[in-house]
Amino acid sequence: MRLHETARVAGIEHTLIGRVTRTALGDETERTNAWLLAEGSALACDPAGYLGILAIGDAAAFSGLRGAFGLRQLSYLDDGDVVAVDPNGLVRTLYRRASMHNFILVTDQCNSLCLMCSQPPKAIDDFDRLAEHLRLLDLIDPATKELGITGGEPTLFREGFLELIARCRERLPSTALHVLTNGRMFFYRRFAEKLGRIAHPDLVLGIPLYSDVDTRHDHIVQAHGAFEETVLGLQNLDRHGVRVEIRVVLHALSIPRLPQLATFIARNFPFACHVALMGLEMFGLVHRHLDELWIDPADYQRQLLAACEVLGDAGMNVSIYNHQLCVLDPELRPLSRKSISDWKNVYLPECDGCALMSECGGFFQSGTKLRSAHVRPVGRPQTPSNGV
Amino acid sequence: MSPYGLLPFRFVRFDAARTLVVNEAGEHQFLENDDFTRFVQHELPADSDSYLDLKAKHFLFDSESLAPFELLATKYRTKKAFLEGFTSLQIFVVSLRCEHSCVYCQVSRVSADRVRYDMTEETARRALDLAFRSPAPQLKIELQGGEPLLNFERVRQIVVEGRRRAAEEGRPVAFVVTTNLALLDDDMLLFFREHGVFLSTSLDGPEELHDANRPRPGNDSHARTIANIRRAREALGHDRVAALMTATRRSLQSPREIVDEYVRHGFTSIFLRPLSPYGFALRSARSTGYPMREFLDFYVRALDHILELNAAGTFLVETYAQLLLTRMLTPFTTGYVDLQSPAGAGIGAVVYNYDGDVYASDEARMLAEMGDTRFRLGNVHRDSHESIFGGATLRTIVAASVAESIPGCSDCAFLPWCGADPVHHYATRGDLVPHIPTSDFHEKNFFLFKHLLSLYERSPGARRIFASWIRSGDAA
Repeated sequence: MRLHETARVAGIEHTLIGRVTRTALGDETERTNAWLLAEGSALACDPAGYLGILAIGDAAAFSGLRGAFGLRQLSYLDDGDVVAVDPNGLVRTLYRRASMHNFILVTDQCNSLCLMCSQPPKAIDDFDRLAEHLRLLDLIDPATKELGITGGEPTLFREGFLELIARCRERLPSTALHVLTNGRMFFYRRFAEKLGRIAHPDLVLGIPLYSDVDTRHDHIVQAHGAFEETVLGLQNLDRHGVRVEIRVVLHALSIPRLPQLATFIARNFPFACHVALMGLEMFGLVHRHLDELWIDPADYQRQLLAACEVLGDAGMNVSIYNHQLCVLDPELRPLSRKSISDWKNVYLPECDGCALMSECGGFFQSGTKLRSAHVRPVGRPQTPSNGV
Repeated sequence: MSPYGLLPFRFVRFDAARTLVVNEAGEHQFLENDDFTRFVQHELPADSDSYLDLKAKHFLFDSESLAPFELLATKYRTKKAFLEGFTSLQIFVVSLRCEHSCVYCQVSRVSADRVRYDMTEETARRALDLAFRSPAPQLKIELQGGEPLLNFERVRQIVVEGRRRAAEEGRPVAFVVTTNLALLDDDMLLFFREHGVFLSTSLDGPEELHDANRPRPGNDSHARTIANIRRAREALGHDRVAALMTATRRSLQSPREIVDEYVRHGFTSIFLRPLSPYGFALRSARSTGYPMREFLDFYVRALDHILELNAAGTFLVETYAQLLLTRMLTPFTTGYVDLQSPAGAGIGAVVYNYDGDVYASDEARMLAEMGDTRFRLGNVHRDSHESIFGGATLRTIVAASVAESIPGCSDCAFLPWCGADPVHHYATRGDLVPHIPTSDFHEKNFFLFKHLLSLYERSPGARRIFASWIRSGDAA
């Protein structure tokens, strides 16, 4: 499946963003926002008034028309999906109506540089992407259940970030919005207050916290002072009525004080609506820091169990992500969520015959090389017997 | 010497090897005695686990960061959040009359003299005026006596008028009738159901014990209580009926039997309470009373039994333990007015007596029935809201009940979990400010904090059970 590909373009002087349609549209304004799909040499209707054409076939068949031509396949696109076409021929799918995993990657910039970052930031100026994001929000189907806002660090757009959230509230009031942010900008009370004032009806900020000790958190995110900004940011967000989720990535640096971190969360952030304890994703920077980060999940079940007990006792809502069920302590399996999105996960030969496979998230494609040494098929619960 | 500063905390030598430190927000940490010494001498190594634990729990700080102070301040505010709403528990004594003559009571009268001992319509109306002047975001109106069902017209009036005013203001109000249930009839039940009224009753234990503690004509208190608990649950819902017990000297012999009686009748909580030193209880202390030590022995045995029951699958909460544990182990506070600093008397709860006198607490009212009106804040017919709730009497009570400034409390490790009870100390010792070495309030709470914490950290089983109690309190 390709969500980005290159094509020959005609008549594209700046990036054009539109909704895909296979059939003729009656409304004139809708036509100006729509890409007409052509899978053969025939079009569903007269292309006049449409944003342009996306075609598998050669441009020759559509001479004089605006669009992208010679695409390898279009079958993954459905009516209502949103596609951008750049003047250089890049065709990008920004939104798929049928997917539960749509997100806006606001920026590639970040003010942290986490040792295990799966999406390493770039030192670029990409603030001009705001217009594209706002345009996308205008085109997304308002019936969309969930939308992610991520980065990089989306709050680096400052007022632009607030504008995005405000636009979501206005255009997509029934779409649950999940923002991934390091929360550091909310150290500034005015910023937290402004976000609170937008009063988005279904907004959660997922904010990572890796240690109860400032220096350890700062080391993991490679930013001095980040702990202070994040913990006070969490408090400021709660003060202004913004819901937060706390996300902890489990690795050799966060595991040793995981139970203490759980206590710290329960004591200082009891208002967090969710705590996500997440297995390491084998993407991006993590490979550079494996010596420092890698720990076999089978070797941290004791700490994970203790942390879940502390959080559960405090009445907090806890989930475990990115773990194979066979490696999790059986007591923790009910907390496990199948978070790896369905087009990414794979299983191993060892998984054959496992009774838990249908409930298990399996592996990221990239995570099958370095993985727990304890992956094994789990049988149906046996009748307990006496003796060994 | 490590360059770190100390944040406010108190400590106690918990056992031979360990010191317990508790910070201003009520978070605790056990330290080996040697570590404790190193800690206070600024010699704890910065890479030791104790150091990191103490730092993360805000006992020490070692940078310019604002975070420890800001987080601590928020946690302190959260712990003192009971002060925010001002008086939310409004108690109406609708009649002093009662057909029971319980050995430990409390001031009620067996009398037919309605004119003398019942609250009038006008008094109730004026008391409601005052109750609704409270700025509390939600109110709880408790109707008690005597036996409130003996003056059911007043119960009806207060609930109906209270509901109407609550609806007008859009302010949530809960109603609780504290009754022995003996006189409960179908009309009353229908009324309670219609208005969503909760019932709170007394169940002292098995029949023989209950009836000995709570005599009434016919000596059938237990039979009536049990039968009417059942009826009330059917009419109102199981969770609408709660019960509590008062331990007399006779009760102290039967901790298991009392607990079992609660389980037998389908209760999921029991509140083990010592005798209160007021009213007739004080006068009859010689026959029904006992030293606090004996109550605590009883409590420990009852609690052990309750924990066994829970471990075996019967969910039963001991309410006082639940309350203390919530204060000890969560960031939150409790609304229990007798364990707050400053005390909840007048600022968390207030009592409107049948004759219109206003008291800072139920204990203050009982003291007045015995002739000492020191804690009378005013009268609903003569005094304004401002003079009752802003007057010298209430100010004196509040000022005397800031445990942080009470000798013996101010440096106690358990202070952040504890509170003050000036009316109790005045009634028992003649002084609003307790003399800690001889205070039964101190003896009880100090012992229980230590006992519960020992159980919690020694026994994983007890820890699971305590956690489930704390959680069940959130839902309530």
